[in-house]
Amino acid sequence: MTETGADKMWARLAAEDPARAARLQRGLKKRYAREGRFKLYGILAVSVAIGFLLLLLGRIIEQGHTAFYANQMTVQVYMDPARIDRAYPQGTNFQQMVAQQQLARLGETDDAQGTKATAYRLLISSELKFRAADLIRNDPSLIGRTVEITAPVSDEADLYYKGEITRETAAEQRRVSDEQMAWLDGLKRDGHVSTTFNAQLFTNGDSTEPELAGVLGAVVGSALMLLVTALIAIPLGVGAAVYLEEFSRKGRITDLIEVNINNLAAVPSIVYGLLGVALFINWMHLPRSSPLVGGLVLALMALPTIIIATRSALKAVPPSIREAALAMGASRTQTVFHHVLPLAMPGVMTGTIISMAHALGETAPLLLIGMVSFVPGIPGAIDEPAGALPSLVYIWENASERAFHERTAAAILVLLAFMIVMNAAAILLRRRFERRW
Amino acid sequence: MTWLVIPLVAVFAVLAYLAGRGVAQRRAAALHGGQKAHSRPEQHGYYAMIWVAVPALVVTILAGVFSGPLAHNLLAADAPASVQALEPFRREAFFNDARLTGEGQRAFQVWSGELGEALTTEAARSARLHQTLTWGGVLAAILAAVMGGLFAWSQIRPTLRARNRVEGWIGGLLFACSAVAILTTVGIVFSLLWDSLRFFQAVPVTEFLFGTQWSPQIAIRADQVGSSGAFGAVPLFAGTFLIMIIAMIVAAPVGLFSAIYLSEYASALSRGIVKPVLEILAGVPTVVYGFFAALTVGPAFREFFNGLGAMLVGGPLDGMGQYLMLVQNQMALVAGAVMGIMLIPFVSSLSDDIINAVPQSLRDGSYAMGATKSETVKRVLLPAALPGIAGALLLAMSRAIGETMIVTMAAGLAANLTLNPLDTVTTVTVQIVTLLTGDQEFDSPKTLAAFGLGLTLFLVTLLLNIVAQRIVQTYREQYD
Repeated sequence: MTETGADKMWARLAAEDPARAARLQRGLKKRYAREGRFKLYGILAVSVAIGFLLLLLGRIIEQGHTAFYANQMTVQVYMDPARIDRAYPQGTNFQQMVAQQQLARLGETDDAQGTKATAYRLLISSELKFRAADLIRNDPSLIGRTVEITAPVSDEADLYYKGEITRETAAEQRRVSDEQMAWLDGLKRDGHVSTTFNAQLFTNGDSTEPELAGVLGAVVGSALMLLVTALIAIPLGVGAAVYLEEFSRKGRITDLIEVNINNLAAVPSIVYGLLGVALFINWMHLPRSSPLVGGLVLALMALPTIIIATRSALKAVPPSIREAALAMGASRTQTVFHHVLPLAMPGVMTGTIISMAHALGETAPLLLIGMVSFVPGIPGAIDEPAGALPSLVYIWENASERAFHERTAAAILVLLAFMIVMNAAAILLRRRFERRW
Repeated sequence: MTWLVIPLVAVFAVLAYLAGRGVAQRRAAALHGGQKAHSRPEQHGYYAMIWVAVPALVVTILAGVFSGPLAHNLLAADAPASVQALEPFRREAFFNDARLTGEGQRAFQVWSGELGEALTTEAARSARLHQTLTWGGVLAAILAAVMGGLFAWSQIRPTLRARNRVEGWIGGLLFACSAVAILTTVGIVFSLLWDSLRFFQAVPVTEFLFGTQWSPQIAIRADQVGSSGAFGAVPLFAGTFLIMIIAMIVAAPVGLFSAIYLSEYASALSRGIVKPVLEILAGVPTVVYGFFAALTVGPAFREFFNGLGAMLVGGPLDGMGQYLMLVQNQMALVAGAVMGIMLIPFVSSLSDDIINAVPQSLRDGSYAMGATKSETVKRVLLPAALPGIAGALLLAMSRAIGETMIVTMAAGLAANLTLNPLDTVTTVTVQIVTLLTGDQEFDSPKTLAAFGLGLTLFLVTLLLNIVAQRIVQTYREQYD
């Protein structure tokens, strides 16, 4: 190390007044220690944030990954002519019938009330009934024959196969008895159980039965809602921003609008929900729980953020562009629409996509306008009752069946996937088209 | 749906553009030598397009907005006596069902006897009415388009200053867009005020603001409205305040320190890692935080405190131990802590902006005097940035007060008046959600109470925002 001016100074000071030099050295040490501690606090704060994000994502993946596969059982079903009504096959209690046949195969005798058959039935999803009824409707000659049917196991059985319920689980926390577990073990041992990708999660709408519940209805509902939001909020927001940034003269009305927009951006989302209830549902009598109302509310909510983002994109376009256009004889409108707005477009798109992603995750206003009611099936139009992805998360989180927990986490993963795609698109746009002037 | 007319209007508008351009070209071609048209044919086309599209769109929007209330009022005015005799909210439900039945959907409730018969006739009437209104709206829109088109056709001539007219229209339309922002505020204020006023007719304002009993479920019974003191919102305010304070205790130091670290210490590389992480954290929907609070943090905290209690039982803090063993998932601490985490990126990015706005000369001056980085931050930057940081913290508080999903999913429903973070409390937003997601009685004080709470929430957050923005604004100007 080379000798610096400071070293020389220290050396001279130590020679002149050793006590003072030692005191100063001690003080300096203390100050550096304080500096180190301060920096450590900063690092700690940042690591808390990072650690929490990892914990959050880790927990959700840990809870949700099991929902992406499901267990199915393959059973031989004797289509008992005595029990199946040819005219109305879906009226048959196929699950009970299969349960009794399975018990008979195991050689177990049931009591008069059919307690064991009922217990066995609870391991089979009601999907089996629909599949069996469909088979018979397509080919009535199957009655009287034995058919192999594959259907999901019930949600509780699925949890057992996934190891979330074990024999050690306290009795009041599980709905699978030891006897049922023995049957399930038997089925698995005999190779009747297969674990497959849970496609139903992506092709079904909501259902009261966890093993049949899927996110498609909510995804479609959210998409319809975002469509309404985008169609309303983007033109209005961009228009308002262009007016405020390029056309308005500074004045009282412009100031009022500016203050207004800043405050609207900070109004709690639930207040927009109240506005939706009072204005769109109680006064305009638009259909409750519909993507139309949801989209309108989210559009009003997204408007201020789109305006603010668009304005900063417009601000980033240097004035020389405007001056050049005006100097060539273009009118103000031509300047804005032929030159400034196209140049600001990447920034506008980025801001818009991010605010749409934000709208996608918004839940509170949807609770108020009734998008938390149970909506089976897939919505087809913007004025039909529909669910939305974030409200589906809320509904499933509140459900009492334990199997909904993993599905809630899976629905969150789907929601996050959509948001990541949207945000990544925004970042890509910014990277690709951003211009530094 | 009257909105179906919009594609039709779009087609009309394109046709009008083509026709206007053609007409302008022909009329300009007829000019004698030396004369020139003022505007280009395309601008005449746009002129015709605007005159076709704008009146039609205005009519469509008006029809869309007012056909609902109009149909409802017409239906209500001529309803049979048995329907008129119903209580207001039952009557609303009846008309809603009549509309649904008229549209061929399933009614929400079963209406028996006279009402059942009335439902069939009213459903038919409702369907007829809606059909009339829809077609009326469509016809009116088409009529408006045709009239606008004819007007434009009559105006198009070479001397018409079409470009200037079109630009005038565009300016007006853009102004209308920004006026929507004002309309939204007006809409919020009116819808909150209207229903709140009706609520305050049933429950006095003083009782709402200063009462300490909150049990709206009981107050459905008519004899208890306003007299039982069931609408005293003080426990809700206390709960909201408690959770907000806990959230700020987590968010303020962590957010502030990460902002300081990012702006003063971090290398470009770690900035490049930490900034996106904070952005992701800010982008996670609140319902996800709620899920995490309810299923991960809640049980973990309860287990921890129950374990602590088990250790203390029999020890010197016996009573405390027994108390801790009864702590539940829905304690204020859980919702507050998770909300604090949610606010970290918010506080951090606002403070980061503010610290960066402090002029470099102040830092340089401090370093020149031999101060270390931390001394510069503590003695120079923070005092200089203090007003701005205070503003940022106020904005974060307003966020915490208005936050809904985390508290709905992780805080309780019991309105306890307590400042104990291990107790279950409820908040204003939780109660709004609870009051409005149950059965739909749109006129009972129970439902109207939600609007009273909403108005309070709106006013408080508005006040916080205005103060905070004023502070941040003055602060920025100080260094600009």
